[in-house]
Amino acid sequence: MTVKHKAVALISGGLDSMLAVRVLQEQGIEVEGINFYTGFCVEGHTHAIRNHDKNKQKRNNALWVAEQLGIKLHIVDVIEEYKDVLLNPKHGYGANMNPCLDCKIFMVGKAVEWIKEHHKDGFDFIITGEVIGQRPMSQRKHTMPIISEQSGADDLLLRPLCAKNLPMTKPEREGWVDREKLYDFHGRNRKPQIALAKEFGLNDFATPAGGCCFLTDKNYSDKLVDLWQARNSRDYEMDDIMLLKVGRHIRPIPEFKLIIARDAGESKFLEGYRKQFTSIYALSHSGPMALVDGELKEEHYPLAAAIVARFGQGREADEVELDITVPGQDSMQIRTSPFSAEEVPQEWYL
Amino acid sequence: MSREQLDARRMLCPMPVIKTQNRVATMSAGEELEVICTDPGALSDIPAWARINGHQVIHSVQDEDEIRITVRVGA
Repeated sequence: MTVKHKAVALISGGLDSMLAVRVLQEQGIEVEGINFYTGFCVEGHTHAIRNHDKNKQKRNNALWVAEQLGIKLHIVDVIEEYKDVLLNPKHGYGANMNPCLDCKIFMVGKAVEWIKEHHKDGFDFIITGEVIGQRPMSQRKHTMPIISEQSGADDLLLRPLCAKNLPMTKPEREGWVDREKLYDFHGRNRKPQIALAKEFGLNDFATPAGGCCFLTDKNYSDKLVDLWQARNSRDYEMDDIMLLKVGRHIRPIPEFKLIIARDAGESKFLEGYRKQFTSIYALSHSGPMALVDGELKEEHYPLAAAIVARFGQGREADEVELDITVPGQDSMQIRTSPFSAEEVPQEWYL
Repeated sequence: MSREQLDARRMLCPMPVIKTQNRVATMSAGEELEVICTDPGALSDIPAWARINGHQVIHSVQDEDEIRITVRVGA
C-alpha cells in the first residue's frame, strides 16, 4: 500500500503559495494551509474602516486561496510573539521597518512547532511559495538555507517553485515528492508563475504590491518609528498597530499627535477608542472624530482644537465650538478659529 | 443542544475568524456558536472559514451596528 504523505503550507493569500500547494496536490500530496496573523497583515482592515472601500469586495485572501485549493486553513494569532521579531530582528530590517528574513524564519519555525503540536494529524513536511530572487531581503539564494536552518525545519522545508535550484530535501530524497515535477523559478519576473497559474486554470489571484505586510510601507513604518520616538520606548500594543492604519496623523509638538478621521467610517472606528484616548470633535459643525495620542496639557487645547476644526465643515467659519473629553473626566467645550491650510505645515503630517 | 456566544465586537478581520476557530475547536459536532461582531469583513470571512473547515453557517444577520453569525460545528 502506498503511504500518503501530508504537508502543511504557509499561505499568505498571494499567488506563489497558491501555486506551491497546487504543484504538490498534482503529486497526490495532501496539504493543509497555515496562515500567521502578526497584526501587520494588510488583509481587510482598511476595508473595514474606510467608507470609500465599502463597495470593494471584502475577502481574506488566505481563506479565499484555501477555498480555491480545497484545503483546510488554520489561522494562527502570533501578535504577541511577533513583537520580538519586529523589535529585535537578528538579520535587520529591509528598506523600511520590515524584518523580512527574521519574519520568514519565525513563521517557518512556528509551522515546525505546529506540526509537532498536531503530530496526531501526521504532517510530514512544510512547504512555502518562496522563489529565489523574488524578494530583495528574504528570498535570496543565500537566505534559503538560513531560513531552513534557523527555523529548525532543516530538510523538511520544501519550496516547490524553486526546488530544482536548491539542495534536495527529505521529501525529495525519500521519494514522497518527485523532484523532476518541481520547478526552478528564480528572479523577480512573474511570467513563469502567471503561466503556471494559467496551466492550472487559476485566473483570479491577489498580487499585492510590496507584499501583504504594512511594515513594507514607508509611510506606515515612518509612523511606527515616530510613535517609538515620542514614547521613548520601542514597544507597541495591538491598538497602536490599528490606529497607525487609520486617519491623518498630525504631530504639532513632540508631546502629542492627533489622529483625525478622514471619513465617517474612520470617525465611527475612532469613537470606539474614546474610553482610552482623549477625543476632540466639533459641536457647532459637522466634522471628524479625532483622538489624542500622548499628553495633551490644557495650555495646548486651543492648538489641538484649531487643527481638528481645520478638517471639519467649519473650516471657513470664524469660530468653531469643539468638545474635548479626557477619559474619566467631564467634557470641556472650547471655541476657536480653525487653522488655515498654511497653519498646519507639511512637517506636522506623519 | 448547546449554544454558545462569542463577543468579537470591535475586532478587525481576521481576529473574529481566529476567535471563532479557537472557540469551535473546544466544541463538539452539532453545537452552535453565535458570533457577534462589527467588522463587515466577517460576513464573508467567517462563512469562507466555515466552508473550508467543514462547519456550517446557519444564520447571519446584520443591523446598523452589529453582525450576528451562527455557526454549527461540523463533524
